Amino acid sequence: MTTRIVELRRGILKKNDELAAGLRERYGAAGLLVLNLVSSPGTGKTAFLERTLRELLARGSRAAALVGDLETDNDARRLAASGAPVRQINTHGICHLDAEMIAKHLEGWELGTLDYLFIENVGNLVCPSSYDLGEKIRVALLSVTEGEDKPLKYPTLFNSADAAVITKMDIAEPCGFDRAEALKNINEIRPGIRIFETSAKTGAGMDAWLDYLVEERARRG
Amino acid sequence: MHELSIVSSIVDTVTESVAAYPGARVKEVRLRVGALASVIEESLQFCYGIATEDTPLAGSALVVRILPVILHCEPCGMDVELEGVQSFRCPRCDEPSYDLRQGRELEIDSIEIEEGE
Repeated sequence: MTTRIVELRRGILKKNDELAAGLRERYGAAGLLVLNLVSSPGTGKTAFLERTLRELLARGSRAAALVGDLETDNDARRLAASGAPVRQINTHGICHLDAEMIAKHLEGWELGTLDYLFIENVGNLVCPSSYDLGEKIRVALLSVTEGEDKPLKYPTLFNSADAAVITKMDIAEPCGFDRAEALKNINEIRPGIRIFETSAKTGAGMDAWLDYLVEERARRG
Repeated sequence: MHELSIVSSIVDTVTESVAAYPGARVKEVRLRVGALASVIEESLQFCYGIATEDTPLAGSALVVRILPVILHCEPCGMDVELEGVQSFRCPRCDEPSYDLRQGRELEIDSIEIEEGE
């Protein structure tokens, strides 16, 4: 009997990372800006995305969405009301989207005919942070009802985000939302991040967000 | 709870790697996991026992080494280690930094195998 140490030095999610790198190349070649929206369940990702899609379409941009949930196509139906092409991904119990699911659900879509693709991840602040979907921009969303310390509780997601969106700003006051504290905590975990304070209901903050999308697409797309 | 898919991926990779050593038994699988990898060791260990059943990894130990976050601090001109993940500031000069040099790793470092005669 001999004991041997075999050095592997291999990423555990290597398969996902390779697929994501392939997707990133495809998005880039098509001039498509891809965003991955991550938050807890109930933050208001769908309402925020619905408004984003409607306003982008009204500006003459071509935007589409993939939306992940464990079950049901409720969110896809809601988002499709915006007029944008939308596809639902049902993970059937899996707590995150991975690059393979994205590749499969993009089949048949001509990426060159799109400007923006939004991927609404499964509502979960933990697992989605490990899975690269080939996106250019990872967006962490947080609502005013969730507590200002959420970034401190879930540092992995907030640290890996490129932009942060605070939702439901229209009810910030009755919720006793401490804005300064929330901004401070986000910055503590992810120094220098762009933060958008929005309300999908009133439209507050949406213009700054849409301008950011246009700039990012021009810069990186 | 994505630990099960992580463990399944470990089983696949290790099974593939030990195929080169016929008759070998896997004794230990060693991981390097960054403090920001959002993986819970207890969950990994729990899933590991189940997912390795009837595979070449059955009965092996999973050893998880947690790597602290290391940032590059521009003003100090050096890499600095953080004690936790609650504040991304240089512990020397308190300057915030987003230049991450370590902390997101999620990899199989090595495996220990026992070869037959």
